[in-house]
Amino acid sequence: MASDLLPPGAPVAPETAGDTTPGRRGRRPDRLREPWAVRWLLRVVTVGYVFFLVAWPTSLVFRNAFADGSQAVVDALSDESVRLALQLTAEITVWSVLINLVFGVTIAMLLVRYRFPGKRLLSALIDVPLSVSPVVVGLSLLLVYNGRDGLFGRTLENIGIQIIFSAPGMVMATTFVALPLVIREVVPVLQEIGDEQEQAARSLGANAPQTFRRITLPAIKWAVVYGVVLSLARSLGEFGAVKIVSGNIVNQSQTATLVVEQKYQNFEQTSAYVVAALLAAAAMVCLVVVALLRPKETS
Amino acid sequence: MTWFSLLVLIPLAAVVLTASTNGWDGFWTTVSSSQTASALRLTVLEAIGVTVLNVVMGTALAWVLVRDRFWGKRVLDVVIDVPFALPTIVAGLVLLSLYGDQSPLGIDVANTRIAVFLALAFVTLPFVVRTVQPVLESLERDVEEAAASLGASRATTFRRIILPSLAPAITAGAALSFARAISEYGSLVLLSGNLPNRTEVASVRVLSYIENGNEAAAASVAAILLVVALLVIVLLDLIQRRVARRGE
Repeated sequence: MASDLLPPGAPVAPETAGDTTPGRRGRRPDRLREPWAVRWLLRVVTVGYVFFLVAWPTSLVFRNAFADGSQAVVDALSDESVRLALQLTAEITVWSVLINLVFGVTIAMLLVRYRFPGKRLLSALIDVPLSVSPVVVGLSLLLVYNGRDGLFGRTLENIGIQIIFSAPGMVMATTFVALPLVIREVVPVLQEIGDEQEQAARSLGANAPQTFRRITLPAIKWAVVYGVVLSLARSLGEFGAVKIVSGNIVNQSQTATLVVEQKYQNFEQTSAYVVAALLAAAAMVCLVVVALLRPKETS
Repeated sequence: MTWFSLLVLIPLAAVVLTASTNGWDGFWTTVSSSQTASALRLTVLEAIGVTVLNVVMGTALAWVLVRDRFWGKRVLDVVIDVPFALPTIVAGLVLLSLYGDQSPLGIDVANTRIAVFLALAFVTLPFVVRTVQPVLESLERDVEEAAASLGASRATTFRRIILPSLAPAITAGAALSFARAISEYGSLVLLSGNLPNRTEVASVRVLSYIENGNEAAAASVAAILLVVALLVIVLLDLIQRRVARRGE
């Protein structure tokens, strides 16, 4: 009877009386386990679902990228428009991650350490970029910053700054969508560590920058790194918002994700798959880094 | 604060303002035009369907990840996050390579409503799993044991003890995946074909209004999406407060 309840592949232990007590290697007592059939059904259904929805399709992209041999990959990557797009994506990502790092930590400090009217509202609004459509993000920036009839766009255009259809707009769109990631990681850690150590440092004569650098920053270090990796992944992959504000001009304002779309629609499938595989690989690296960081954070 | 206003608040307010430039009538005419109305209907219906699927599959996945032990569980845990990390346009391409015209399975659903559903299911997969998982991990086993010792079957224990304590987390995950499904754009571009009245969703509608230079109409549809997003945030805030109060 007990052998039915063991996980697959586990050696069947010789049955002894009362071996279903909870103390034995954390095995749950019989009455707290699901019937054998239910557990297998759950396993098969969930693993199958994830396999067919995520794992298999994702692996196919890598296979398709290398389907025409490695020369095709090199050719695709040395294509002028692909090269420029990758470069542009890298630049935009670096800028938006830096901006989100600085403002993210600042806003997190503001939210946790200070009281001010509208704090709860700000805290709720921080999440807006996560749930609003990238297309809406793009439109909203377009309405305010376009040079023709935008609220700020016209003034900025007059002093020679173009935002929409150029790099600043794309950085803004990317920053917008990745905005909450650093904040959401740092806020809980700040709440947890409390401000006793900071107060102690202050009372011993440290000024605000010193306290931040020597006390606060080391404590939130891993949360910041984690937030940065998440915004990196998000920034690399932004598509909808950037498509609207960039104007999608080949060799000029086209990012890697936009190149994937354009190449695919022009029936240059290998190029599309190669760039997609590159983006997917970058995303995977971010995932692995995050998975490796997690244990460190708890220790 | 100024930075946040310039980047987020003022632009979003501009969407609502632009939506109202032609008054209530202009807004209503746009939204009820047949192509837009059917895009909105499709978006909402698909989002509801995907959310229901996620509630079931997400809870099952969280359960398997927390309570079960089997070979390859760690891999499953990581793979679930892939849709979070993958750029949306790549997600579309990924699904197209298995369920498009060159499908090794011989299943070609590209440019159909099933493709829309598939794309939405892909991008929203992690939400329910990741909200339910930590709650399930922190559940005290004593209560289940007590229920079982009082003669409750496993199914009864699940329904009467476990499910009620998971309910806030499931609701939160469902709200997140609904919001994401409503607003999805990138993964649908290549996969759904964006056929008017058939596979065109609200986000795509916004984009084509922008491309036609009709900003007021684009803003009208965008405002609806924005309101849904805000409602979800309010709902999540309420759930969080209720759970926090119960914990005290």
